[in-house]
Amino acid sequence: MGRLIYEFNEAVRIAVAQIRANKMRSALTALGVIIGIVAVTLMGTAIRGINIGFDKSLEMLGGDVLYVDKWPWLGAEDWWNYVDRPYIRPEDVINLNRVIDASDNSELEFGVFSSFRSATIKANGLSVSGVFTRGTTADYGRILTADFAEGRLFTDAENEAARQVCILGSDVAQALFPSRPALGSTVMVQGQPFQVIGVLARQGSFLGLFSFDNQMVMPLGAFRKYFGVRNDNTEIMVKMRDKTRIDQAREELTGAMRRVRGLVPGQRDNFSINGGEAFKEKLDPIKQGITFAGLFVTGLSLFVGAIGIMNITFVSVKERTKEIGTRKALGARRFTILLQFLIEAVSICVLGGIIGLGVTYAIFAVVKATMPTFPIEFSVMLVAISMLVSVVTGVLSGIVPAWGASRLDPVVALRYE
Amino acid sequence: MTPPAPAESRVMRPVGPLVISIEGVTKLYQMGEETIHALRGVSLEIRRNEYLAIMGPSGSGKSTLMNMLGCLDTPTAGKYEFNGHDVAHMSDDELAEIRNREIGFVFQTFNLLPRSNALRNVELPLIYAGVKANERRERATLALESVGLGNRIHHKPNELSGGQRQRVAIARALVNRPSIILADEPTGNLDSKTGVEILALFEDLYDQGNTLIVVTHEEAVARHARRIIRLHDGLIESDRFAE
Repeated sequence: MGRLIYEFNEAVRIAVAQIRANKMRSALTALGVIIGIVAVTLMGTAIRGINIGFDKSLEMLGGDVLYVDKWPWLGAEDWWNYVDRPYIRPEDVINLNRVIDASDNSELEFGVFSSFRSATIKANGLSVSGVFTRGTTADYGRILTADFAEGRLFTDAENEAARQVCILGSDVAQALFPSRPALGSTVMVQGQPFQVIGVLARQGSFLGLFSFDNQMVMPLGAFRKYFGVRNDNTEIMVKMRDKTRIDQAREELTGAMRRVRGLVPGQRDNFSINGGEAFKEKLDPIKQGITFAGLFVTGLSLFVGAIGIMNITFVSVKERTKEIGTRKALGARRFTILLQFLIEAVSICVLGGIIGLGVTYAIFAVVKATMPTFPIEFSVMLVAISMLVSVVTGVLSGIVPAWGASRLDPVVALRYE
Repeated sequence: MTPPAPAESRVMRPVGPLVISIEGVTKLYQMGEETIHALRGVSLEIRRNEYLAIMGPSGSGKSTLMNMLGCLDTPTAGKYEFNGHDVAHMSDDELAEIRNREIGFVFQTFNLLPRSNALRNVELPLIYAGVKANERRERATLALESVGLGNRIHHKPNELSGGQRQRVAIARALVNRPSIILADEPTGNLDSKTGVEILALFEDLYDQGNTLIVVTHEEAVARHARRIIRLHDGLIESDRFAE
């Protein structure tokens, strides 16, 4: 045991001396590892950022909300199966809530009817088109995941009275009222004046596709009055009690909706239950693809760095053949020589890893300073993984030349000039 | 070349127990198509506290025999016992252990580690023997003092003269108290004056009870030994004790 420690110390000592004696060569070799470690850590962080962003987006949809639509959100290629389904009507929601209330230990809380379409909003000479406009009831307040920057949602009474009030997303409010507060102002929708009673806090976009900040919410009564009572863009938002029991909730909701629709066993569902989960299932393979491809490509750069290490270790073994012979003559065993060159390779790798981490840290600092919302984080985990990767790279790239050195015949090695 | 040592120092000391016993050793090398018979059946006994010179022209098998004696190589056939251990069939690592404990090497080109100082060079065999740091330092310092380099222990090889370098190498050979010291042309890279100094040091080591084997092609060097073995064509041609 003692001997192993002394030999290990000796190997570290030799490695340090060797790196110091060949500064340029060691630096250039380490550069390959530095680039590899920077690439891998940046890619790892980017992938993590994508995942966090994705989860955040799902959270915006409401992690505890299921949507009952005529169409499935995804995977409706064979549209003829869906086109003859009935629309979602306000009566469906009333019946659904009755079913939910009547069942004991329900996984569901309640459903809210919602109708939506795209609209153009005007105010003091400015105009925003393509605003996602939702007409719904006051219960929507219990489902909404966004906070109010200012103001409030409309009340039941305002809804019943079809009052012309609205809540704006932050982008819409910003576009129409760049210099004065939106709250209390009047906007024109379908030629009708609507009073702004609330502005939502900034939320960002869902997977960069759909902006939650480019929306408007108004009482269902007013919506139906000015956009008509056509039901082609309607859905029920259903809040569940426990989002970890989404499968049970989905099952119960399917059963409840079948009762509402009066379907008998054997008949197919004539509605679709949607939710963020659907996106998750669809996007998980893509995420895995990105992860795999990203780590593979960056792993290649690390691999090139590893080849550099292997090459330099071969050179190191070659030019110190006589030294290896001398050490063997003095009693160095195979393992001693193996350890010596292995530790030399690992040392260069760890050196590269540490510098690489420093570079990554600097890049993170710059990114954080310029783009504060970008989801990257310098973590202890990152340090640990980088060091592990460095050591493994060093061992893998050093093992072949080091093994060759350990097997050298001392007679041949001593004669080498 | 080197003048013969003064007669009064050429005292033959009583020899001790058997250290090396070689019987009918042969060594074959494959050089491409050709098989080279480096040793064709050599038998030899070496006892503790002998001072032995091995001589012979190049190609005589001198180097092969030296490698064999130094446990750097194993015979193709024949018996080799070192202090009763059968070394002919040992593994690489077992041979390394024998070399570490039993043999002190002195090379023609000194073979010091260029970036390590004298002390660390001498400590090396002790590291491989698993000796603790304090004891290592103590013993290496003593060994350097015994070769007259007590004031040079922190010098690196390039700060030392040729003779001093060879003294460091001799200290390194002595430090683990080996059974034999095996020197390969120890004066080959030194001027004649320094060569004489090194041979005088060998004489001291012999007087202190060490066993010395010197491989050389110089008669003047061999004349210092108490026994001279001459090799020719892979066979022992003569094996004479000094009278």
